[in-house]
Amino acid sequence: MTTVFELLLILSLVVCAVAASFSKRLLTAVVIYMAYSLVMTVIWALLQSPDLAITEAAVGAGVTGILFVLTLKKIHALKGTKDE
Amino acid sequence: MKNEWFRALVRWIDGEPAHDRRIRTPEGQRVRRARRAQRTGEQFSDQAAKRFAWGYRISAVVICLSIVCTLLYTVFQLPLFGAADSPANNEVVERYIEKGVEETGAVNFVTGMILDYRAFDTFGESSVLFLAVTSVLILLLRDKNNISEEEDLLTAHEFFIEREMQDLILQKVVAVVMPCILLFGIYVVLNGHISPGGGFSGGAIMGGGLILYGASFGILAVRRFFNRRTFTAITTAALLTYAASKAYSFFTGANGLETGIPLGTPGAILSSGLILVLDICVGAVVTCTMYGFYALFARGRL
Amino acid sequence: MKELFKLAVVYRFELGAILLFGIGFMNLLLQKNLIRKIIGFNVMDSSVFLFLASQGYIEGRIAPVLTNGSMQAATYVNPIPAGLVLTGIVVSVSVSAFFLALVQRLYLKYGTVEFDEIMLLAKKEAE
Repeated sequence: MTTVFELLLILSLVVCAVAASFSKRLLTAVVIYMAYSLVMTVIWALLQSPDLAITEAAVGAGVTGILFVLTLKKIHALKGTKDE
Repeated sequence: MKNEWFRALVRWIDGEPAHDRRIRTPEGQRVRRARRAQRTGEQFSDQAAKRFAWGYRISAVVICLSIVCTLLYTVFQLPLFGAADSPANNEVVERYIEKGVEETGAVNFVTGMILDYRAFDTFGESSVLFLAVTSVLILLLRDKNNISEEEDLLTAHEFFIEREMQDLILQKVVAVVMPCILLFGIYVVLNGHISPGGGFSGGAIMGGGLILYGASFGILAVRRFFNRRTFTAITTAALLTYAASKAYSFFTGANGLETGIPLGTPGAILSSGLILVLDICVGAVVTCTMYGFYALFARGRL
Repeated sequence: MKELFKLAVVYRFELGAILLFGIGFMNLLLQKNLIRKIIGFNVMDSSVFLFLASQGYIEGRIAPVLTNGSMQAATYVNPIPAGLVLTGIVVSVSVSAFFLALVQRLYLKYGTVEFDEIMLLAKKEAE
């Protein structure tokens, strides 16, 4: 049963990675990357490494996502604000 | 003469003379982009550039596919996933687990391994963090030497907007949530050798809490207790403590000197000798680094 | 054919990691926008960590924290790859932050984040 769950998670990882490369807006790609990082966190927990899960949750989906969005603001690529 | 050399170095890193900085407004942006598209459109009819672009793309796809196919073929030659007799589980693992508690005093074997048996690698990694934040500081810092008049006005305008239009719900929620986040981060750092967690995770959690505070109350509110001097003091003190504790192992053949700190009973907080101190050092460096990234990206100054 | 399928299910983590490596690498090489290149680089990094940490997993064992006082090496998952990957995750975020700072400076200088336009502008500036 765990095998099926792990296969589903890996499949969703691949789908997230492909979707992040084919999206039209940059903000969508960054949000999909944060979702990818979150699924990675669950996989670390399934592989019995809780240290990696905590670190990936805080660093991957948290800090890296924030830095991406801040860069997007600086290069004026956020729609809906008066930047684009 | 030394001043001249230093100034030349700073000018080279900056990339352009300071008086040539232009402000990009959105309308001017669009006009510039249209003009640039026109220019590059007529230049892409250059035959050599087109051939190079196509050759680059095809060779990139070929190389990538060949690497992936080789790796896919190699995977089936690996030992079975999850097998207990794979060569990765050798006597090193047995030594780390069986003698782990009595030699390091840490109940969490991963923390005991990365902060006692292999402490030099963690030192290298803290240095990488410090190096990254220094590089980003060089690239993005805006102090009185490289800021022009118009940019000064623009940043003052943004400061004013940030002060006037603060989000009430966000502030009320963060005022309740942020102490819990910081407390949880400190708990994870201090309990690194007892339960899963450790310096990196706790430091990242604390850094995230500081980022949340800075994003909802403004950078000036964080500057009251965390400015450039605090940042420099904390990071250098933490890294120097770590270096003094473990960097000599390069010369003594990876055997640490006796520190005289008692190992204590495994499972208590004040146990496992030097691991608690190193955990706190690593946590401090990671916190300052994560918040430093945010401050430099958002505001251009720490 | 059926054995191949069963073998692929046994090696699920390694195969997934290599697929992700391929996708990330293609993104890094072929995308025109610099931000998408950085996202591809991060995906590549994560896939390598997945591959490494999945080499340490052993069926039926638990996480490497002392439980029930058992100090046998046969009750715990291999902790060494997890320690290596912990370092790697933090280094990955540092390199991403440095890349993003470089992208900001490139934008300040050239006004665009597309790779082709930057190359053309740089070539014209060099002449």
